[in-house]
Amino acid sequence: MIRHERATPLLTAEGLTYRVAGKALVSGVDLQIGAGEFVAVIGRNGAGKSTLLNLVVGELPAAEGRVTLFGQSSGRLAPRDLARRRAVLAQHTPLEFDYRVLEVVLLGRIPHQRHGGETPGDTEIARECLARVDLRGFEERRYLTLSGGEQQRVHLARVLAQIKTVGEAPRLLFLDEPTSSLDIAHQHHLLDVAKALNEEGVGVFAVLHDLNLAAQYADRVLVLAEGRVVASGPPAEVLTEAILWEAFRFPVLVMRHPEVDCPLIVTTGVGSRARGSRE
Amino acid sequence: MKNPFLVLVSALLVCLVLCVGIGAMPIRPLQVLSIFGAKVGLPPLVPFDAQQQAVLEAIRLPRVLLGVLVGAALAVSGAALQGLFRNPLADPGLLGVSSGASVAVAAGIVLHIQPFGIYSLPVAAFAGSTIAIVAIYALAQQRDRRTNVATMLLAGIAINALCGSGTGLFTFLSTDEQLRTITFWQLGSLGGATWSAVATAAPFLLLCVVGMPFLGTALNALLLGEGNARFLGVPVEAVKGIAVALVALGVGAGVAVAGMIGFVGLVVPHLIRLWVGPNHRTLLPASALLGGTLLMLADLLARTIVAPAELPIGIVTALLGAPFFLHQILKARRSVAL
Repeated sequence: MIRHERATPLLTAEGLTYRVAGKALVSGVDLQIGAGEFVAVIGRNGAGKSTLLNLVVGELPAAEGRVTLFGQSSGRLAPRDLARRRAVLAQHTPLEFDYRVLEVVLLGRIPHQRHGGETPGDTEIARECLARVDLRGFEERRYLTLSGGEQQRVHLARVLAQIKTVGEAPRLLFLDEPTSSLDIAHQHHLLDVAKALNEEGVGVFAVLHDLNLAAQYADRVLVLAEGRVVASGPPAEVLTEAILWEAFRFPVLVMRHPEVDCPLIVTTGVGSRARGSRE
Repeated sequence: MKNPFLVLVSALLVCLVLCVGIGAMPIRPLQVLSIFGAKVGLPPLVPFDAQQQAVLEAIRLPRVLLGVLVGAALAVSGAALQGLFRNPLADPGLLGVSSGASVAVAAGIVLHIQPFGIYSLPVAAFAGSTIAIVAIYALAQQRDRRTNVATMLLAGIAINALCGSGTGLFTFLSTDEQLRTITFWQLGSLGGATWSAVATAAPFLLLCVVGMPFLGTALNALLLGEGNARFLGVPVEAVKGIAVALVALGVGAGVAVAGMIGFVGLVVPHLIRLWVGPNHRTLLPASALLGGTLLMLADLLARTIVAPAELPIGIVTALLGAPFFLHQILKARRSVAL
């Protein structure tokens, strides 16, 4: 395994703030993603997780603060060059047209194409990426006939194909609640794929709802509450009962995972009343 | 049916040779080819007389070519807008092209504003459609300079209603004769096709038909949503602006020379999608070819079934298009359900 230099981050955000009608949805967030690093963001609904992701990828204009990508001020990179090195898997992809699955994955190769469409190399990459998300044999299937979870995996294959490059250019992958429509096996499978990208030096930034997935896969966890960073650090330091209470206002127990070296978060039902009634 | 373009180009050429030959003065296909051949100095395959040549060159050919170009522009515009709005029901009419042209033409007829002689109505139609489409596009601009396609649809509905009421007002004010002119214009016709009409409209129509396929890849990405298209490096705002401009030019010119012709922009892209899928790199040129062929055939029916009179072409396109469209949709739905 190649050790990647974490001293020069792929992405740096400083003092990011976003307001709507005077209300700060994200305020003063600092963020760094290094090569080969997996950063997860957690927080309750409306804490500003997706807003933060949209600020960082440039879909929303920050009121204050700045984002540096690959050592350059974001916005100075040509969109096409950026697209070859940075992919975003959105929470929902509104695709209502009946493409074949392989064609959807090939859309990820658009930034690599000059006029004239995809090359045999692109098709090969698309097939590889489909295999990687456990959809081998789905190439000719109609996209609209797939289940929601299968569609989500097709889009994962698409973003994998998008940042597939020859050599080791620095790359970033953003995932917005990527596991929400997946079964437990494919949730882990997806994050495994992300970890494999980490090994290639890709920096991964994921909005996650499942605290245990964050605990098991993230190198660093960013805890957001009301648009501010409550805590940031390795899962073992950040995923504590006190911090989680502050972020979610919901009681959890944090234990040691019996097999993996990470915290294990369990719930006891709604508050102490539920706990009391069981005793 | 491996290569759709081979099928579509052959169909277009065969229909073209047939269509220019059918009419009050029949010209057999081989005679048509002989007349074309004579133009480039080839010896005739079969004999033909000078009158046939005159009818072919002065009357039939400009009309058929105009039909092909207008049909192609309508179909390619429909296909592009359906991609842009990610809505398979979008149609050039949604952007106010037809209603804007309609109110301008009605105003011209009723108020006797005809500064350009016989070109007054085409100029009014083109101006009306362009103003409507620019207004709708401007209304959909957000503060961040991005265009909201949902707002564009809603603004389109509002502008269409406004133009519709204007047309209604002029219809109310019109004399019986003016009313007849307005109605015929609204039903569409290629009857006014002359070489000068073709030469005037062709640059706009061709710009639309030839230019739109260059947006194919970008429109493919846009089917994933605008955000995802931006993540793929597509200059989304530029693509929207260019697509809307090409629609304005192509459909505006089409409406100006042929009046309102419904259904081609909606149906043709659907038929192509059912056949070759939604990839715009194939869909756009294939829609252009099929749209041209179908409008040419519709015009053939319009000018022959009640000869020596002519049916308005809009009646024919809807009469044939609607049942065929329903049949295709129901067939596709049932096969998915199985």
